[in-house]
Amino acid sequence: MKVLVPIKRVIDYNVKIRVKPDGSGVDLDNVKMSMNPFDEIAIEAALQLKEAGKVDEVVIATIGVEKSQDVLRTGLAMGADRAILVQVEGEVEPLGIAKVLAKIVGDEEPGFVILGKQAIDDDASQTGQMLSALLGWGQATFASALQLEEGYVRVTQEVDAGLQTIDVALPAIVTVDLRLNTPRYATLPNVMKAKRKPLEVITPADFGVDTSPRNTVLETYEPPARAGGITVQNVDELVEKLKNQAGVI
Amino acid sequence: MTKILLLAEHDNNTLNEATLRAVTAAKQIGDVNILVVGHACDAVAQTASKISGVEKVLLADGVVFVHQLAEPVAALLVELAPAYDVIMSAATSIGKSALPRVAALLDVAQISEIIEVVSPDTFVRPIYAGNALQKVRASEGKKVITVRPTSFEPAPSEGDAPIETLSTNTTNEKTTFVSAALSDGDRVELVSAKTVISGGRAFGSKEQFDQLLEPLAQKLNGAIGASRAAVDAGYAPNEWQVGQTGKVVAPDLYVAIGISGAIQHLAGMKDSKTIVAINSDPDAPINQIADYVLIADLFEAVPELTDKL
Ligand SMILES: Cc1cc2nc3c(=O)[nH]c(=O)nc-3n(C[C@H](O)[C@H](O)[C@H](O)COP(=O)(O)OP(=O)(O)OC[C@H]3O[C@@H](n4cnc5c(N)ncnc54)[C@H](O)[C@@H]3O)c2cc1C
Repeated sequence: MKVLVPIKRVIDYNVKIRVKPDGSGVDLDNVKMSMNPFDEIAIEAALQLKEAGKVDEVVIATIGVEKSQDVLRTGLAMGADRAILVQVEGEVEPLGIAKVLAKIVGDEEPGFVILGKQAIDDDASQTGQMLSALLGWGQATFASALQLEEGYVRVTQEVDAGLQTIDVALPAIVTVDLRLNTPRYATLPNVMKAKRKPLEVITPADFGVDTSPRNTVLETYEPPARAGGITVQNVDELVEKLKNQAGVI
Repeated sequence: MTKILLLAEHDNNTLNEATLRAVTAAKQIGDVNILVVGHACDAVAQTASKISGVEKVLLADGVVFVHQLAEPVAALLVELAPAYDVIMSAATSIGKSALPRVAALLDVAQISEIIEVVSPDTFVRPIYAGNALQKVRASEGKKVITVRPTSFEPAPSEGDAPIETLSTNTTNEKTTFVSAALSDGDRVELVSAKTVISGGRAFGSKEQFDQLLEPLAQKLNGAIGASRAAVDAGYAPNEWQVGQTGKVVAPDLYVAIGISGAIQHLAGMKDSKTIVAINSDPDAPINQIADYVLIADLFEAVPELTDKL
């Protein structure tokens, strides 16, 4: 069986982002970009299934600007077999991404698709569920455990009240959460090897998909800053302030 | 007038407070109908019918809906969608799982986790873990929206809306419920608590986490939260995680103990009214957003604080 892992290039999670003063968006110039951390977990999950002999090929794909080849090379260095870049300019909403992915699924016919539960840039948490609906497949979201069986995948999902385990008939979509695994690092020899692995570049037009945004972002701005606080000297002073100044106890 | 269908969040017995908060957002957009989907969930429909300003409650009761899996819930919403302009839900696990399916099947873009209604077609939502806010205008046609509950007050319960029972043929061949391990219902609920006490990696073990935080939380009648590091280390269950990828809380009092204050953690608590940080490191990032900072060893400060309250 083949597994498809869609990934995204985002500002590295350690970077403090800057909002452009003119309100037109978040500054991406000269900022460290990396693979969305959840997508590394998705790739790791796919690689573990391959190592367990349950899948034979791990294909990764991204819809993004030309430079997104970086994160595909990272994924190949982790151990993915093959990569697809659907090259676009500018932002594509999750719906557009899901439509392109549905076309890739049509061509590649993977047995299932594993992807991150959200991207840490737009925090939308939509792509996996949308892809699942477009394909008419079942879905599991926010996975913290995953077991591939004959004809179905058993997934433990992190839900508001705790954990819920479901079986999803294959082919299926699984979106992964932080506690599923700890992704491996790409070793230097593997980074070198990854340079020779196949990376195909196509455009959404090749699929006849319109990825132009539906919603209009009118403005991007910084949230109001919190006023600085005070340092209390000891527990007594803390209790006194909480009682008499903040009035919260 | 814009017609809204709002999916209720519940466990077949109790309506979750997140829905009352989502109603407040919905009322700023148009006329609200509530959809209760589940099994043997009459009590939930009754509670929903009392929410002020709700026009009608639709009740879809069926075995297929008992665990509210995304596929049948989304299919039902799509079936009902022609009569509505907006499909909404609180950004809870069920809402987050089902609504993007609805949006895709209706071929519209979803707007996730709105924190403000600017006008019936324009909303504010956080991006980058809340380090930036985006004002978004939805395209014409149907809208699919999830609401961040902590950004809206709960709607009062002084109404008396009619309940209409739906009959549906919804089926689900794709997903099957296996089991659940849910938190104990007697605890103060994290998301709606007035006081939240959160612990981080610094507690060192589950025993110390429980021994130090339980008595303090009890004294303050608060809920316990945790950083990702504390959850990953097994000190606390996953549903206690506060942050970008955990729960978003905004209590009157948030006490962060032995938590450094990574942006991913701040994303889940920085709208709390009063923030206290107890940390041994004067340079911990959490201190920059806290109202009261106590530089101390938590193993001494927490028992002393519990004593003195
Ligand atoms: C994609 C992604 C998503 C994430 N989502 C979340 C999320 O939702 N929520 C979340 O919390 N994190 C999240 N994280 C993780 C986050 O980046 C931090 O790693 C995490 O919050 C750190 O937890 P911590 O503050 O408990 O631990 P640490 O950063 O290790 O901090 C421990 C703190 O304890 C203090 N300390 C140590 N000993 C004592 C003592 N004896 N007394 C008092 N203080 C002491 C230290 O000074 C330090 O400040 C995410 C990360 C990624 C990459």
